[in-house]
Amino acid sequence: MSEMSFTKSSGAAQPAAGPVLEVSDLHVQIAARHGTVRAVDGVSLEVAGGEALGLVGESGSGKSMTLRAILGVLPPEARITSGQIVLDGVDLVPLSNSDLNRIRGPKMSMIFQEPMSALNPVMRVGHQIAEGPRVHLGYGRSKAAERALDLMRRVGIPDPERRFRAYPHEFSGGMRQRVMIAIALSCDPEIILCDEPTTALDVTIQDQILRLLARLCAESGVSLIFVTHDLPVVAQLCQRVAVMYGGQLVETGDVRAVLLDPRHPYTLGLVRSAPDVEYVRDSLVPIPGSPPSLVTPPSGCRFHPRCEFAEEDCKVLPTPLRVLPGGRSTACLHYERCQDAVAADRVGP
Amino acid sequence: MTAAAGQPGGPETGTALDGAAGVSGTAPLLSASGVAVSFAVGSALAARIRHQQRLLRAVDGVDLDLARGEALALVGESGSGKSTLALALAGLRPVDHGEIRFDGRVLPARRSRADQRRIQMVFQDPYSSLNPRLTVGGMLRELLRVHHVVPSGEVEAYSKELLTLVGLGPDALRAYPRQFSGGQRQRVAIARALALKPDILVADEPVSALDVSVQATILNLLRDLRGELGLTLLLISHNLAVVRHLCDRVAVMYLGRIVEVAPTARLFSDPRHPYTKGLLAAIPRLADSAFSQVAAADSGPAVAGDMPSALRIPAGCRFRTRCPIAQEICGTADPALTQETGDPAHQAACHFAFTAAPPAAAVAARVAAAPPGVVPGVPRQRQRKD
Repeated sequence: MSEMSFTKSSGAAQPAAGPVLEVSDLHVQIAARHGTVRAVDGVSLEVAGGEALGLVGESGSGKSMTLRAILGVLPPEARITSGQIVLDGVDLVPLSNSDLNRIRGPKMSMIFQEPMSALNPVMRVGHQIAEGPRVHLGYGRSKAAERALDLMRRVGIPDPERRFRAYPHEFSGGMRQRVMIAIALSCDPEIILCDEPTTALDVTIQDQILRLLARLCAESGVSLIFVTHDLPVVAQLCQRVAVMYGGQLVETGDVRAVLLDPRHPYTLGLVRSAPDVEYVRDSLVPIPGSPPSLVTPPSGCRFHPRCEFAEEDCKVLPTPLRVLPGGRSTACLHYERCQDAVAADRVGP
Repeated sequence: MTAAAGQPGGPETGTALDGAAGVSGTAPLLSASGVAVSFAVGSALAARIRHQQRLLRAVDGVDLDLARGEALALVGESGSGKSTLALALAGLRPVDHGEIRFDGRVLPARRSRADQRRIQMVFQDPYSSLNPRLTVGGMLRELLRVHHVVPSGEVEAYSKELLTLVGLGPDALRAYPRQFSGGQRQRVAIARALALKPDILVADEPVSALDVSVQATILNLLRDLRGELGLTLLLISHNLAVVRHLCDRVAVMYLGRIVEVAPTARLFSDPRHPYTKGLLAAIPRLADSAFSQVAAADSGPAVAGDMPSALRIPAGCRFRTRCPIAQEICGTADPALTQETGDPAHQAACHFAFTAAPPAAAVAARVAAAPPGVVPGVPRQRQRKD
């Protein structure tokens, strides 16, 4: 296996060189019949080199829209109304589609939830993996094929010479996702955007894929944004996590700190409501109410109608992310209460 | 709540079932023995040329008992046959071999209406399992009329009770499924299943289509209903955390067979089948020690490889192709479910489930062949939170 060919030419050891991707104050709006949906409303993110960032939230929280905005594949009715997406020093927002095409692949790539619908069903798997290097890196047919075989070996597809000529339907779900990962890696991107890549997989296969992603991250220094609703998955793979609610970030920070000691009631609610194999409670604590409308979001903190700690000021004051000690931040005005609740949870049953 | 709670699943549901097993230790409420379900695949022409139909053996000889009032979980990966088994038990899928007994009586292939009523199902996707053109009231009315559950004059009152029972207001009667959120739809589906006062509720992945915070409400509802109505619950799930929260006993399925059955706490603390061990080790955890566990990339996967196709079931033990402790005997002899001496509740289908580990030399050879960091047969450390 040629290890070196997969590390960045600029050198894998560049995490100190600042963020690979920097999203600032991103707004995405969707024009709908009943009004304008503010799907992403002022999201700012940073991803350092070699870092895996988990982006967590429920359906409708805007996490997938954020990812699609970064990749420039928003649905036709959605558009970026303001904000910057800076990848490697270049702002992607004003770029045309053809300019973006030169960046998608060599600079960033994506892994989708459903590999069967993301792969071309009538094209041999090997050729799909080799396509990127041929188009973007100018490889010839045989050199690209060689690289595809190398990638297939690297993502753990057994018997790659034979599998090269197979079609996606001949692969199992886990193997298809490995093919997707090989395609995502094929042009040596800086960052891979993952949209729930393990949600459709069985737990043993999910375990295999998470290990593969972790190994690839460590070996090649590629960064990840990992969108999921599954907190334990984030705990296993990511170093940092950002929690989204109603189109906004509500808490960010080190994954251990945020998930074990949340400073936002929504994060706390997510942690409390998820059944955990190691921690059996008499009854789960659901988050009351339902997610907010993104056409007419609640005033003040968007979580206040569902929040057990809400005060009068939560209904009116804006709640931008505030930096806390320890490199973390929260949008909660009364985060100390959350802190107290976590402490009480620990002492309690 | 109490009025409704008394009705579904109440004592008056027994018609021809007097002397039902009310106490544990007596005959099971539902019992499957040697149940096999297969699907014909490939073209009919090819089958005629070969004089043989290719069969996908989805469920391949399952024995399972369900005691009255217990909650049994059926877990396994997709393709393990757990949903097919559930459909067969509910009478929605014909059985090729074996028999299903309800309260000691063999259920015929074509069940009577009274028998159909006994076992009701809740499906995974509340978006496709509810008729979009019927209001909730209409849905329940139709059901109650066909099965004559209550006199026609009481249908409305009974429907309202049901909706209250599952945590929806009586206003829901006039609403269409599209007006509900996913969690509310699942409540409607549960109300529909309970309307017939079943003895057994079969829930096939009832929360996997829902958001995490909503999942909790449905899981709590199922748990409360069990307590209030004394329901017997068969929960199909791939999510072991959900299972641990809700069930008394767990049966693990692999390639159409049950490979391990045990009381829940026992299964999680002392799994005996290598597949169960791998399955448990593969669950992502929120416990303190689990953080960035996979990022410590030196450890191998919990279970390597993919599940083989049910069209080509390996000879001998079905799990041997992925098993870290497979021996020669595993390729030749198909292990039956055996129990540990003294504990009939814990059964496993592995040659080495309750005996000492295979010969040390053989394991050593396997360890050498396995990726570094994997100790075959020993799950990666499982840590307890707090």
